[in-house]
Amino acid sequence: MEFTPSLLALQLVTGIALGAIYALLAIGLSLIFGMLTVVNFAHGAFFMVGAFVGVYFLGVTGNFWFSLVLTPLVVGAIGLVTERFLVRPLYGRGIDYPLLLTFGLGWVLIEAMRVLFGIEGVPSSTPAALRGSVDLGFGYFPKYRLFLIFATALVVLGLWLFLEKTRYGLIVRAGSRDGEICKVLGVDVARVWLMVFGIGTAIAGLSGVLAAPTRAVNPEMGIPVLAESFVVTVVGGMGSLPGAVVAGLLVGVVFAMTSLFAPAYAELSIFVLMAVVLLVRPQGFFGKAGLLG
Amino acid sequence: MTSNLANPRRRSLIVASSALAAGPALFNIARAQAGAIKIGFPVPLTGAFSAEAQDQVRAAELAVKEWNAAGGHKGQMCELLVRDDKLNPGEAATRTLELIEKDKVNFVVGSLSAATQLSINAVTRERKVLFNSISQSDAINEAKDWSLYTFHEALNPHLTAGAVGRYAFPKFGKRVVYLTADYAYGHEMVRGFQRAGAALGVQTLADIRHPLGTADYSAFLPRIQALKPDVLVLCNFGRDLVNSAKQATDFGIKQTTKIIAPVLLYTSRLAGGADAFEGILGGTSYYWGMEDKIPSAKRFNDAFRKAYNGSVPSDYGALGYAGIKSVLQAVKDADSVDSTRVSIALRQLKYDWYKGPQFYRKCDHQSVQSVVIVESKSKNMKDKYDVFNVLAIEEADERNLRTCEEMGHKTT
Repeated sequence: MEFTPSLLALQLVTGIALGAIYALLAIGLSLIFGMLTVVNFAHGAFFMVGAFVGVYFLGVTGNFWFSLVLTPLVVGAIGLVTERFLVRPLYGRGIDYPLLLTFGLGWVLIEAMRVLFGIEGVPSSTPAALRGSVDLGFGYFPKYRLFLIFATALVVLGLWLFLEKTRYGLIVRAGSRDGEICKVLGVDVARVWLMVFGIGTAIAGLSGVLAAPTRAVNPEMGIPVLAESFVVTVVGGMGSLPGAVVAGLLVGVVFAMTSLFAPAYAELSIFVLMAVVLLVRPQGFFGKAGLLG
Repeated sequence: MTSNLANPRRRSLIVASSALAAGPALFNIARAQAGAIKIGFPVPLTGAFSAEAQDQVRAAELAVKEWNAAGGHKGQMCELLVRDDKLNPGEAATRTLELIEKDKVNFVVGSLSAATQLSINAVTRERKVLFNSISQSDAINEAKDWSLYTFHEALNPHLTAGAVGRYAFPKFGKRVVYLTADYAYGHEMVRGFQRAGAALGVQTLADIRHPLGTADYSAFLPRIQALKPDVLVLCNFGRDLVNSAKQATDFGIKQTTKIIAPVLLYTSRLAGGADAFEGILGGTSYYWGMEDKIPSAKRFNDAFRKAYNGSVPSDYGALGYAGIKSVLQAVKDADSVDSTRVSIALRQLKYDWYKGPQFYRKCDHQSVQSVVIVESKSKNMKDKYDVFNVLAIEEADERNLRTCEEMGHKTT
């Protein structure tokens, strides 16, 4: 029999590692949507910019860890500028205004990277310390992908601590519940939203620099990723962070398992999953009903 | 349309305008004979293969420059008309039609995809304009698409995959897994390998199909790891090849398995980097490093270096050069720019522009040529252009192609 238990186990871990990147992307998307009700169509482009910036810093400094810290800061800064000067004037104008704006911005960023780095993309390799594979007992698995799972867990934990245990996190949560009341209570809501947009794009940039060693870095790499992260966000529930994590991992595992048994349907499988979830539970696993209404 | 023609006023308008249109057209034909030889060159300057396409243009321009510097044929110079087909078959057909009808080109050379070359060929065949395709395809030489005016300068999947299989299977083993991009090109490559493998007793353990443009291959790799094949064949192209090679390396597949690819392109290797491609073996139509063995390659590289700041031509670029050179040589041989006469001259042509002796097989106009087997380097690279080791060159041999009967041609 070709499909042994150890192969299934290895496939499951592969799915979780895939899901880690999905989850990370969806967290950023969900954070911005949940707090700002902005459907950020430039999210895939921020991911792509993160990959390019990461490879660039890696080339300049020669240190992967340095670029891992620096890249989210740079992409987050681009996010701050985007919110302040492009998205902010559109608040209160309906959900489709920022959607169209970010959609256009995504293409501008793609074109900008084409101009800066060329259309072919740039080579990126796995950092030396994380090269090779380890024996998990049921098969060999790349060290770097284990690191991806670990890094995602760390980001999720950090974000959760920030939102639940800090004063600033409390303001963010309150601001998303009822911005008006917060304003009355003397909270500068505009600054909170600016920060949330910055964090969301910084996480997108971080996913980009994390994903770069596993795939080709080119200006169009964010396009399929955007579609996938929307699937995850919809399945998990728009605006829900636990939803993003659970759905991200689930989508990764569904994709991996379908790839094993019916590779031709792997791509389709995640969209079927989304359709089923939408039929049975339209708001997603953890979503609030009628958020878009 | 018929109701429009039935309207007398409308009809007279059409008659008048076509008379107007015919005037300049007649003038153009008269001028084209006296003036320059015009070659249309539709290639995907934008899109996924733009780096290769731009190199095709550079090399083609070099061929034109050489022709003009040598005084042309009886003083008749050549002019290259480059158009962007955007890697889209519809766009390619439209641009080709314009090149023929509006720009009055004498010949068409170009294309960089199996699909666009078929759509260009459909247009040129109907208008009896000679077309020399410089992109891989099995279909273009088959009887249903072929015509007297259809020539194929590039390798085809059958020949390339066959050469790589004939080299690799006896060396690395007979248990083979294919990871294949699920479209015509991928399928043609697998067929080529299996055909070459059948004679060598090669066993296919699995042929795993992935959608075109997949970014993450990790989900396919545990199964390949578990199968432990002797050889993993990556039947995909461009970014797909870069991604799958990189991820297979991460999964440690190289420890037990030799990874080969039907086509290992200079441009893909540059984009993917040395690590991802380390030790991967594949076929190509041309690699500049064969200049130590092939004198014409040395001459071509030197001309290219001189024209373009010391850079070297890529495989697809070199095809742009050869595609133009052959057509212009045939113009000289035929002493004419008439497509039919030039076609007959091309059928007789024996040439060596850049990679050793070549000729077009009579029945289907496939250029019979050598296939270069290269392996990607990761150490001891002399400069940024030094990316491959040339392992072997399979000499040009008609027997490595499918037979004329198989292609649907009647042998006479």
